[in-house]
Amino acid sequence: MISNFILAPILAHMLTAIVLMFFWKNVQAQKTISVIGNCIAFLVSLRLFALVWENGNMTMQMGGWQAPFGITFVSDTLSATMVVLTAIVSLAVGVYSTAATNISRIRYGHFFIFHFLIMGLMGAFLTGDIFNLYVWFEVVIISSFVLLTLGGKKRQMEGAVKYVTMNMLASSIFLTAIGILYGITGSLNIADLPEHVAAVENRGLVTVTALLFFVGFGIKSAVFPMYFWLPSSYHTPPSAIGAVFGGLLTKMGVYSMLRIFTVVFEPDDFILGVFIVIAILTMISGALGVINKRNMRRIFSYFIVCHIGYLIAGIGIYTELALVGVVFYLIHDVIVKSNLFMMSGIIQKIRMTQDVYRLGGFYKDYPRLSLVFAVILFSLAGIPPLSGFWPKIMLFQEAFKQESYVLLATLIFASFITLFIVARIWSEVFWKDLPKPNAEEIDHFATFHKRGKIALVLPVVGLAMVSLFIGLKASFVFEITERIAYELKNPSIYIESVMHHLK
Amino acid sequence: MELLLVALVGILYSAGIYLILRRSMVKLLLGFMMLGNGANILIFLMGELTKGRAPIIDGDSIHFTDVYADPVPQALILTAIVISFGLTAFAIILLKKVHATTGTDDLDSLNVQDLDI
Amino acid sequence: MKKNSRIRKRRLDTTILRTATNYLLPLLLLFSLFVLLRGHYLSGGGFVGGLIASIAFVLHSFAYSTRRTLRLFQVSPLLLIPIGLTLSFVSGFLPVILGSPFLTGIWFADSVAVIGSVGTALFFDIGVYLVVIGVVLTILFTISENV
Repeated sequence: MISNFILAPILAHMLTAIVLMFFWKNVQAQKTISVIGNCIAFLVSLRLFALVWENGNMTMQMGGWQAPFGITFVSDTLSATMVVLTAIVSLAVGVYSTAATNISRIRYGHFFIFHFLIMGLMGAFLTGDIFNLYVWFEVVIISSFVLLTLGGKKRQMEGAVKYVTMNMLASSIFLTAIGILYGITGSLNIADLPEHVAAVENRGLVTVTALLFFVGFGIKSAVFPMYFWLPSSYHTPPSAIGAVFGGLLTKMGVYSMLRIFTVVFEPDDFILGVFIVIAILTMISGALGVINKRNMRRIFSYFIVCHIGYLIAGIGIYTELALVGVVFYLIHDVIVKSNLFMMSGIIQKIRMTQDVYRLGGFYKDYPRLSLVFAVILFSLAGIPPLSGFWPKIMLFQEAFKQESYVLLATLIFASFITLFIVARIWSEVFWKDLPKPNAEEIDHFATFHKRGKIALVLPVVGLAMVSLFIGLKASFVFEITERIAYELKNPSIYIESVMHHLK
Repeated sequence: MELLLVALVGILYSAGIYLILRRSMVKLLLGFMMLGNGANILIFLMGELTKGRAPIIDGDSIHFTDVYADPVPQALILTAIVISFGLTAFAIILLKKVHATTGTDDLDSLNVQDLDI
Repeated sequence: MKKNSRIRKRRLDTTILRTATNYLLPLLLLFSLFVLLRGHYLSGGGFVGGLIASIAFVLHSFAYSTRRTLRLFQVSPLLLIPIGLTLSFVSGFLPVILGSPFLTGIWFADSVAVIGSVGTALFFDIGVYLVVIGVVLTILFTISENV
């Protein structure tokens, strides 16, 4: 089925960004336009998902130039799911930042850049051309650079240097990989590539190229040797930005790996071995990093690193059930990680600190809010029946079935550390009494007017509801993820939907 | 010609990576520029060099009778140049700002954000 | 020391450069338009044209001052970005309304005297041209203000 509708989520955000530029100085108008734009994009994304769910893959050839010569946009179930997740997070964070973002930041174009970032993400999920993927990556990272450095505090700047350096390096490696891939195959269309890749005689060159892609995507998704930029930078910007970064940016790398290593390269045992080793090291280093941290957002940053390990491990196992686990975990992770950063933002607003030792008494002061936060934290830890539980079980099961016991042990170790830290956060921040109750400390949250409070709390509650839904209606999510895993294991469906006009 | 470009790509990549590994911010920036240019020439090289031919085929020709230059690498490089232009502009401003706020250009001394709290 | 730096700052705005700029600015702008319009089949296009036009303004800011260059624009160059983006967006979206894929080129049957065939691709390029001028001037003026 060929349709322009596939571009609708991208164009909705693009249009919002353009309109926002005309209202550069009008803060109130920017907030309104951003929320409206996000709502439209959300509805459009749901519609796209529904269309793909009913009619199968959708494709669209830019400018009418047929694949493999033109730029193709493809939406299979995985793309559509990622687009819906992006739209959910973007809507939540958009509403949240109308209250959480200060006015000078908005004057410098916070919302405008934010919509460009989301547009880039949508584009990366929907494109069917590997160079176009690179371009969308660049749109995303340039926007993220600006969002990260807006405000210009000292530690923000220093974190940004690491972030910018590593991301630029990753882009260079990605570009090099694309160049070599084009050299050996003469094509850039993801659906056209597998045929050419299979025909290359020098298999060593193919493996090297595949690993170059893995390094490029790996740096972007913060896997083992190159993860340090993430915990040095993600806690420095305001929490609304942290929420988008933590939820979506690293997942873009994982999505690209899923796409490239199922359709373009058929990974052999060597590459899968690399995946597993890297996954184990990522989980261990993330888990060890998280133990001695006091700053809540830094804890969450290390959690991101640690849990990327699960996803890479699932790709490394590479059975259909493992891929079900990966995609399920991806869905759960996007929602929960974004929510964690927004939650830490609310706590920051109330207590003016992120230090878990100086926090406390939250349950006593805000019992209802604490209940919502509990849902988020315990979904993260994977306590049944919340959303993190199901995919972890699948990954454990598959690791056991494949007899990779080291991996299984690491998975359990990482889960255990996660549970331990979550329990510690719960007892430090929520249960324990406030260390030195300080009358002069201003509760910024209480001074907010009612609309501001709603704008802060509503997105967090909404995403917590989504987490609950994923956990309690797991059968529905399983239906989606099973279909995605089936499509990933049978790339001919994807290829067929793009190249059908040549048959 | 190909051999010359191959050597050039190698030099640009190695010089770029060497400069990135230095501690100075300016050298970091120069390293990225070199790496970007190296990648561009690599793509150019990968599209097979065709001398003195335009990337255009006659509208009414059905078979490729004539040698023509591959237009794809040129389009890719153009896009990559535009992107690296934007990235470099951003990086210059960022590093200038970092230098202004911290007063140093030593990359190893930028560790405030890694202190817990 | 202070006097010294002032001399160094004034080194560029000589009479020769100013007089030359007065003639070069319109010439370069005209050339940028020429490059923009020939861009569809020959080398050129919105991006290069925009760069040439912004170089003209940069030259002007060297000869005079950034403030005087900004006065040449009635509005901030920042506003050129959304205008250009809108133009490109509309020219890309027009084929969608007519039932073709996004960004398909639609051409008028008759060609215009000097310009040649006119189609959506031209308007897309003009949008790019405006965006490039806006972006480059914003970046350069931001950098030069901070120096």
